Amino acid sequence: MTLLGQFALWAAFLLGLWCVALSFSGRWRGRPELSAAIVRSVYAICGCLLVASMALWKGLIAHDFNMEYVWAYTSRNLPSSYIFSAFWAGQKGSLLFWAVVLSLFASAAQWLTARRFSYLMPYVAGVTSAVITFFVSVMIFAANPFERLGFIPADGRGLNPQLQNVGMVIHPPMLYLGYISITIPFAFAVAALLSRRLDTGWIHAIRKWTLVSWLFLSIGITLGMWWAYVELGWGGYWAWDPVENASFLPWLTMTAFLHSVMIQEKRGMLKRWNFGLIIGTFLLSIFGTFITRSGVIASVHSFTQSNVGYFFLAFLVVAAVLAFTLLYTRWALLQAEVQLESVLSREAAFLFNNLLLVGIAFSVLWGTLFPILSELVRGSKITVGPPFFNRVNVPLGLLLLGLTGIGPLIAWRKASTANLRRQFIAPVASGLVTLGVLLAFGVRDFYAVTAMALAGFVAGTIGQEFYRGIRARRRMHAESTLLAFGRLIGRNRRRYGGYIVHVGILTYFVAFAGMAFKRQREATLKPGDSVEMRSPFGHTYRFTHLGVSQYESLNRIVSAATVEVAKDGKPAGLMVSEKRQHVDSFKRPTFEPSTEVGIRSNLQEDVYIVYAGSVEGTEEAVYRFTINPLVWWVWFGGLILVFGGLVTLWPGGGAIIVGPRRAQSGYEVSLVGAGKD
Amino acid sequence: MKAGRKFILGAALIVGSVAFLIAEGVKQTGVYFLTPTELAAKTAADPTFVENVGFKLGAKVVPGSVHRDRGARRIDFQVSDGVRTYPVTYHGLVPDTFTDASDIEVVVEGRLGGDGVIRATDVLAKCGSRYEAVPKA
Repeated sequence: MTLLGQFALWAAFLLGLWCVALSFSGRWRGRPELSAAIVRSVYAICGCLLVASMALWKGLIAHDFNMEYVWAYTSRNLPSSYIFSAFWAGQKGSLLFWAVVLSLFASAAQWLTARRFSYLMPYVAGVTSAVITFFVSVMIFAANPFERLGFIPADGRGLNPQLQNVGMVIHPPMLYLGYISITIPFAFAVAALLSRRLDTGWIHAIRKWTLVSWLFLSIGITLGMWWAYVELGWGGYWAWDPVENASFLPWLTMTAFLHSVMIQEKRGMLKRWNFGLIIGTFLLSIFGTFITRSGVIASVHSFTQSNVGYFFLAFLVVAAVLAFTLLYTRWALLQAEVQLESVLSREAAFLFNNLLLVGIAFSVLWGTLFPILSELVRGSKITVGPPFFNRVNVPLGLLLLGLTGIGPLIAWRKASTANLRRQFIAPVASGLVTLGVLLAFGVRDFYAVTAMALAGFVAGTIGQEFYRGIRARRRMHAESTLLAFGRLIGRNRRRYGGYIVHVGILTYFVAFAGMAFKRQREATLKPGDSVEMRSPFGHTYRFTHLGVSQYESLNRIVSAATVEVAKDGKPAGLMVSEKRQHVDSFKRPTFEPSTEVGIRSNLQEDVYIVYAGSVEGTEEAVYRFTINPLVWWVWFGGLILVFGGLVTLWPGGGAIIVGPRRAQSGYEVSLVGAGKD
Repeated sequence: MKAGRKFILGAALIVGSVAFLIAEGVKQTGVYFLTPTELAAKTAADPTFVENVGFKLGAKVVPGSVHRDRGARRIDFQVSDGVRTYPVTYHGLVPDTFTDASDIEVVVEGRLGGDGVIRATDVLAKCGSRYEAVPKA
């Protein structure tokens, strides 16, 4: 099978080179048969990479431990779902995963894009093939998943226990899908620049793609938080680790792009900025892969250091130089069609939103690279950690949250005082009521209170938008409230889907703010001993250590510590936290021991118990008890966000219909640019 | 004032506060990341470094030097870069990756005491290849 895999990689590599050369030569212009050949080569590359993937999966399933990759990431006693996901557990496999998924996306882009954009497609094929060829060449020349060992081991080394978790089976592919799918909008942007067709055509062609990749990134990041929370056992879900930051960066710039394209579509402004943003987002997605793979920056997530990093660095530099040079040569063609009319306009709110998002991205990038930068400039390595990121990003994030509430309230072009008064009264009142309630309940943390009050304001904005939309429909069509609600969303999916996403975002903010009130306590307990903790919501928890039991499971030896929980004096059941020592099929330990956290969630707070080991030879156990407020709302916010994204993506009502004809009541809209749709 | 000018003012305000927050953040929260040799050089050059300046120390745990008192949740060990060695004492729970095996890389955050012992406020352990199995000895 490895021979077939090798062969398939080489075939993909050569086809890729051919496709790139033909596409960028421009020879296909006016020669439909050549254009068709380019498109077919995209499908052919995809076919080759699918064959290569099958070959790798075949090796994994067949326990072919003579294959270095199979030996390194699986073992005979590994549960079968993890054998499947071992495909992307290691560096070499995830390179193949990148390549094959990108080729699937590239084929889908060729297949699904409407005929009217056919002038872009051969260039799009060239860009996607160039990126695929890069990944394939890294595999062929530096990290080949089909490499064989000189001997046949009896068993593999097994999969790291921390990767043996449902979240870890789907988190990396989701994040990768996000990273990878960014290539498609980037390819359209480059194609538009190359073809000098710089109207909003390319933006229309990628509307769904940008949302798809943004959605995958969001899901991937949220799943990553969940994995860190349940698996790493330090009691939180976000630590500003370089690898986490690397996934956050393209998400930020993509979010900025999603907003700024609306201005270009409606007002013909921000053309250069949009090209810059999408190029930057693509580079950040490659940078993210580079950070994860290279070990340049010390991170708890980092994979082994390897020369693969140099390939990525070189690719990053070449791609950046080429893309920005191309943008520079088309600079003069990208003049804005109109000027900003007023700072009190939705355009301006979107511009500020973009600046904030890019500012946050810059500060995260700066903090992540600071150890390297300070060593280069000052000669001594200085690191910044979570305190830095929180200090910088909490205020910026809150400003952004405020803008989320303001943006939808101001009219395009220029808002009048009457418009402002009419729009702001209810949301501001909602924010003030939230503030009052929080203060009345004795909540005293400046940032947390601000975040929640702002969330109240944004919720007011969104509620008002829905209320007015429903009222207008009820008046005009005599519909019931529920029907009006459904149709309101159905007929304006992009707009109301967007609002639902905003609800998800403000749910995140509230949940993040909750972590300001986290309580933690460590204790060493003999069986029968107990400790008491008071939660921020005023509940009293009593934890009684019952004892430690040991047993063997399929691929591990487990020590389980059991705690009896009483909440407000009433028994609330047992919780278990485990220390696991994973072993291979000969009962030899494979990895360092890992902790299985005991978690119990409700809408208010999570009880989070870590068993950190026993005093030698006794059942006296060391525990860390944590009470994490509002954690459940992070996952819930993620679900809302995904739902909103899907509403926006759902085919059919996707086109923006915001002509004067359908203008919302309550808006002083006159959309000059809207007719172009 | 024209709209464009007002917008530039707003933009400048945002860019300025981002720059300010970053600069202040680095100044207030940035800590030295040192190797034991560099730490020795720092303390030799600037005696006030002892007791006063927080830092992160990246080094390897000296095999066999780990002494755990689980009941008191205290751990003592030595770190070294092959040139200089420092004793460390830490109250708290160390991560799973901190094992007694050889070749453990750690990052110790804390201050150097007058007695030459590092009082750690945080200990991170990194297995050289986190997502790969421990090589068999």
